[in-house]
Amino acid sequence: MNRAVLGSVLSLMSGALFGAGLLLSGMNNPEKVRAFLDVFGAWQPALIAVMASAVLIFGLAFALSQRMDKPWFADRFHVPSLLGIDRRLLFGAVLFGMGWGLVGLCPGPALVNLLSFDHRILLFLLALFVGNRIAHGVVGPAK
Amino acid sequence: MMYEVVGGVLIGLAATLLWFSVGRISGMTGVVSSVFMLRDVQRHWAFWFLLGLVLTYPLAQWFGLEISIQMTDDYGLILAAGLLVGIGTYLGNGCTSGHGVCGTARLSPRSIVATCVFIAVGVLTVALMNALFGGGA
Repeated sequence: MNRAVLGSVLSLMSGALFGAGLLLSGMNNPEKVRAFLDVFGAWQPALIAVMASAVLIFGLAFALSQRMDKPWFADRFHVPSLLGIDRRLLFGAVLFGMGWGLVGLCPGPALVNLLSFDHRILLFLLALFVGNRIAHGVVGPAK
Repeated sequence: MMYEVVGGVLIGLAATLLWFSVGRISGMTGVVSSVFMLRDVQRHWAFWFLLGLVLTYPLAQWFGLEISIQMTDDYGLILAAGLLVGIGTYLGNGCTSGHGVCGTARLSPRSIVATCVFIAVGVLTVALMNALFGGGA
């Protein structure tokens, strides 16, 4: 098998692992996420453990990768090139936080719930894609 | 708490696998945007990542995992939330996965700031809705 095929196979496996993590932790359940955000009410902080363990593991992996010349099946590591903290970042994060709080869905959990064919999930995803294209139309290609 | 830790470990391993194999950050916002880059789509890592991600649901069901999706039935609210999340993540170049997990783990100041902002705004939004509608949204 060539490098491109192996890269695709491992990307598929990574997506499946990611989805399994979302489903197993309950991150895919919007009311659980809203309960996590309900700090001033009936707060359920358990989802902190999802983020903490994921950050810990990827933090170690990222540090290890500094000693690698390049990934196994690609020419280079695509480190995000944007570094500045500007109004666009802050405005985007505010809008995202509002939408996230409204129903408890962010992009990953919405996508992993796609094949539930729940009408509410499908509507959210449709609006998410429309929003993505509206922003693309207004500010141009993603950086 | 056990399921949350195991789930988080799997997400961390998934991000590690993608980074080590093809050198890409597993951010869902980028995956969503990539759906619109249809040229040579099958050669794009995001296509395979997305395929693996969405197939997890039926696979988990087949394995007998109990999956619950509890959420509001208010279509207007869902529509507004989807638009806000779509626009906001595009403008901010990331969401819970790209900024919250990967960026924070890389100690990227940009991602850490974005993560603090969207969590704080999410907390405020829920608090405000509870105050206005008694949590019945």
